[in-house]
Amino acid sequence: MNSTSNGVPRTAAETQVRVRAGLARRYRAERRFRAYGLAAVALGISFVVFLFGTVLSQGLSVLRQGYVQLDIIYDPEVIDPAGTRLPDDLAVADYQALVRAALRERFPDVEGRPALRELYGLVSSAASVELQKRVTADPGLIGQRQRVTLLADDTVDMLLKGKVSRSAPEDERRLSDAQVAWVDALRADGALQLRFNRAFFTNGDSRDPEQAGVRGAVVGSFLTLLITLLLSFPIGVGAAVYLEEFAPRNRITDIIEVNINNLAAVPSIVFGLLGLAMFISFFGMPRSAPLVGGLVLTLLTLPTVIIASRAALKAVPPSIREAALGMGASRWQTVVHHVLPLAMPGVLTGAIIGMARALGESAPLLMIGMVAFIVEVPAGALDPSTVLPVQVFLWSDLPERGFVERTSGAIIVLLLFLIVMNATAVVLRNKFEKRW
Amino acid sequence: MSPSIVLLLIVALAVLAFQVGKARAIAVVGGHREVRNLHSLPGHYGLLTAMWCAIPALFVFVAWVAFQDNVLTRLVTAQLAEGQQPIPAAQMSLMLNDLRNVVAGSLPASSVTEPVRLAAAEFVRLKRIAGFSLAGVALGAGILALLWVRARIRPDLRARNEYERLVEWALFACSAVAVLTTVGIVLSIVFEAGRFFSIVPFTEFFFGTNWSPQMAIRADQIGSSGAFGAVPLFVGTLLISLVAMVVAVPLGLFSAIYLAEYAAPKLRRVVKPLLEVLAGVPTVVYGFFAVTTIGPMLRTIGESMGLTVAGESALAAGLVMGIMIIPFVSSLADDMITAVPQSLRDGAYALGATRSETIRQVVLRAALPGIVGGILLAVSRAIGETMIVVMAAGLAANMTFNPLEAVTTVTVQIVTLLVGDQEFDSPKTLAAFALGLMLFLVTLLLNVIALYVVRKYREQYE
Repeated sequence: MNSTSNGVPRTAAETQVRVRAGLARRYRAERRFRAYGLAAVALGISFVVFLFGTVLSQGLSVLRQGYVQLDIIYDPEVIDPAGTRLPDDLAVADYQALVRAALRERFPDVEGRPALRELYGLVSSAASVELQKRVTADPGLIGQRQRVTLLADDTVDMLLKGKVSRSAPEDERRLSDAQVAWVDALRADGALQLRFNRAFFTNGDSRDPEQAGVRGAVVGSFLTLLITLLLSFPIGVGAAVYLEEFAPRNRITDIIEVNINNLAAVPSIVFGLLGLAMFISFFGMPRSAPLVGGLVLTLLTLPTVIIASRAALKAVPPSIREAALGMGASRWQTVVHHVLPLAMPGVLTGAIIGMARALGESAPLLMIGMVAFIVEVPAGALDPSTVLPVQVFLWSDLPERGFVERTSGAIIVLLLFLIVMNATAVVLRNKFEKRW
Repeated sequence: MSPSIVLLLIVALAVLAFQVGKARAIAVVGGHREVRNLHSLPGHYGLLTAMWCAIPALFVFVAWVAFQDNVLTRLVTAQLAEGQQPIPAAQMSLMLNDLRNVVAGSLPASSVTEPVRLAAAEFVRLKRIAGFSLAGVALGAGILALLWVRARIRPDLRARNEYERLVEWALFACSAVAVLTTVGIVLSIVFEAGRFFSIVPFTEFFFGTNWSPQMAIRADQIGSSGAFGAVPLFVGTLLISLVAMVVAVPLGLFSAIYLAEYAAPKLRRVVKPLLEVLAGVPTVVYGFFAVTTIGPMLRTIGESMGLTVAGESALAAGLVMGIMIIPFVSSLADDMITAVPQSLRDGAYALGATRSETIRQVVLRAALPGIVGGILLAVSRAIGETMIVVMAAGLAANMTFNPLEAVTTVTVQIVTLLVGDQEFDSPKTLAAFALGLMLFLVTLLLNVIALYVVRKYREQYE
C-alpha cells in the first residue's frame, strides 16, 4: 500500500518532507500577517498625526491678526458738534466717519461710491468701537491727530496670511483687484502688518471673524465644568464609597451596579433629552445656562467617576481596613481616616478624566440650548452662554474663510485644555499611586 | 435674596450648629475635664447636630429652587388671564416667552404689550419675595432641627453611631442618583414618546419610508401633517455605522494583535497611549475634520475616478467615525487577547504552529466572545454618536445603501428637531423623543448583550 496516496504520512521522514514543503508558504503567511498588524498600527498613528497636523496648520495662524495703522483726526465737528463733552454724547457719535475720513486721506484718488465702499471695507467695524473707547477715556483727544492701530477686515487678514490666493479670479476671492492693490500699498509703507492677536483671547463671539474670540466660550466651559465638578465629585465618591465599603450584597445594590454600568454606555444625546424634558420643561430652569449644562454633564460623568473611584477603593488592601477596625475605629472612621486618603490619587485621576470627557462633550448641550449666539462673556451660572466645543460647532458652520481659522484656533485651545487635564491625571497616577 | 446666598447661609448655619452641638455636649457633662463621661467624642455631637441641621434646610432649598419658577409662572399667568376672556394656548405660550425674556433682561420691557409688562414686573416682585421667604423657610427648618437635636444631647446619647447612620444614608442617596437618572431618562423619554405615538401611529413610524417632519409646523394647512416614517433614518444610521465598523474593526483588531503579540514592550508603551489619544479627542473635532478635510478629499478622489460623491456623503462621516472608534475596539480586543492564558499559546507552539497560526487558530478563537462583545459595544457607540454626523452627514432622509450619497441618521434628526425655538406639543418636537427612545433601547440592548457575552467568556479562565 502506498502510504502517501491517501494523504496521511506514515513515517517521520515523510512528515518532515511535507512540513518542509509547506514551510515557505507558512512563513510568508506569517510575514504577511505581521505586516498587516504593523500597517494597522501605522495607519492609526498616521491618523493621529494627520488630525493634529491639519488642525495645527489651519489654526496656528490665529495667533496673529492683521492690523492697519491710520492717521485719525478726532474731528470735533463729527464727535461732538454741540461741544458738550458729555460722556453720553461722546458714546453715540459716528466714529465710523473718522475711520472713513482717514482712509480717504490716505487714498485721495479713490472716487465714486462703490469704490469708496470697497475702500472702507478694508477696516473692521470694530475700529469705531476702539476709537469711541479712546475718546471716552480721554476727551482731550478731540481736535487732535493721532496714529492709531486698528483691526483690519478679515478678508484683508486672510490675504496677508496667504489664505486667499492672489491668482484666483476676482469674483472668487472676496477681495477686488483694487482692494488687493490698496492692501499692497498699505503694506509697502508698513501701515499694515500682522501682530499678536489678543482679541481672540479677550473677546466673546462675533459675526465678524476678525472680532470673534473664545473668551465667552472658555468662561462658559469653566462655569459649566465647575458645577459639574462640585456635584459629580462628592456624589460620585459618595456612591463609590457606599457601594465598595458599606453596601450589603442584596437586590438593591445589584440593581444600582447594573444601572451604573448601563448608564456609562447610554449615548450622550439621550442625557440631553433628559435635560430638556426634566430640567428645562418640567422644572422651568433657564435655557442656555451653565447651571443646567453642569447638571446634565454631572449625570453624564457620574458613571465614569463612580467606576474609577471604585477601582481606586478596591486597590486599597484589606489589611489597612482590618488594622483600623482592629484599633477600634468604626467603619466610617476607617474609610475617612485611612481608605479614602490612600485611594485619593486614583479617585482624583478618575475625576479629572471625567471632567476631560465633560469638557469635550457638546451633543447634550445642544439640546438644552447652549448653542445660542452670545456676544457677552457670561458672568454667572445663570447667564446664557456657550462652551468651547459648541463654539467650535457654531463657527464650523459659518461660510467666511476667516472662521475656518478661528474654528481651528478654538480646537487648539480646547485640545490644550484637554492635554493639560490628561497630563495632570497621568502625573497624579504615576506620582502618588501606591503599588501594594 | 439670590439662591447662592441662601446656600452660603445654610452652610454657615451648619458650621454654627457644629459648634453649638459640641459646646452643648461639653456643657451637659460639666466641662472639658468630664468629657470622658460622654458616649462619643464632643466633635461627634457637633457633627450630628450639623447634619441634622443641614439636611432639612438643604431639602427645603432644593425643592424650592426646583419648583419656584414654575409656581411663580402659574401665579402670574393666573393674573394675566383674570378679567379677560380665556387666552388661546398658542398666544399664552408666546406671552410666556416674552415674559421670560423680559424677566431675564434679554428683551427690553418697552417692546412688549402692557399686560405682559405688568406681569413681568409682578414676576420680578414675587421672585424677590420668594427669595426672602426661601431664606426664611430653609433657615427656619434648619434652626428648628438644630434646637431639637440640642435638646436631645445627653451624656448617654450615642452620637457617633447616629451620625454614622446618617452618613450611610447620605452615601446611599448618592448611589441612588444613578438609578434616579435612569428612571428620569426612561420617564421623560417614554412620556413624550407616548404623546408622539398618540398622534402618529406606530406603524407609520416603524414602517413608513417617508420622513419630512418640517411640514408639521403649518398645522393649519390641509394635508400637511408631516410624514414620520423613520425607516430612512434607521437605514442611514445603519449605513454610517457599517462604514465606521468596516474601518474600525480590521484596523482596531490588527493593531491590538500587533501590540499584544508582536510589538516589543517599549514600542507598545509608546504606541498604545498614542492610539488612545484618538479616543480622547472631542467629537466636534472629528466632525470639523470630516467636513473640512475628509469630505473634500473624497470628492476629489471620486471625481478622478468618475464617481459623483455627495458633499455630505455617508462615506466621509462613516470613515471619520471609524477612526474615532479604532482605539475603542483595539483596547477592548487587547484586553481580551492578553487575558488568554499563555499555556494555550505554548501548546500551539509545541505542536509546531507559527505565531500567526497560533494567533488565528488559538488565541483569537479563545478571545472571540470578548472581541464580539467589544465590537457590539463599538456598534452601540457608533449608533449613538452625534456630533460627527450632525456636522458631516446630511439632513435629507434618503433611503439608500450607497455610501457615496448623503443620508441622515437618528441622532442628526434629534438635534435638528430640537435645536432652536420649539413648542412642546407639536409632533415635530415629540418625534425627537420617539427617536431618542429608539436610540436608548437599541444601545441598551446592544450593551446588555455585549456585557453578557463578555462576562460569560471571562468565567472560562477564572
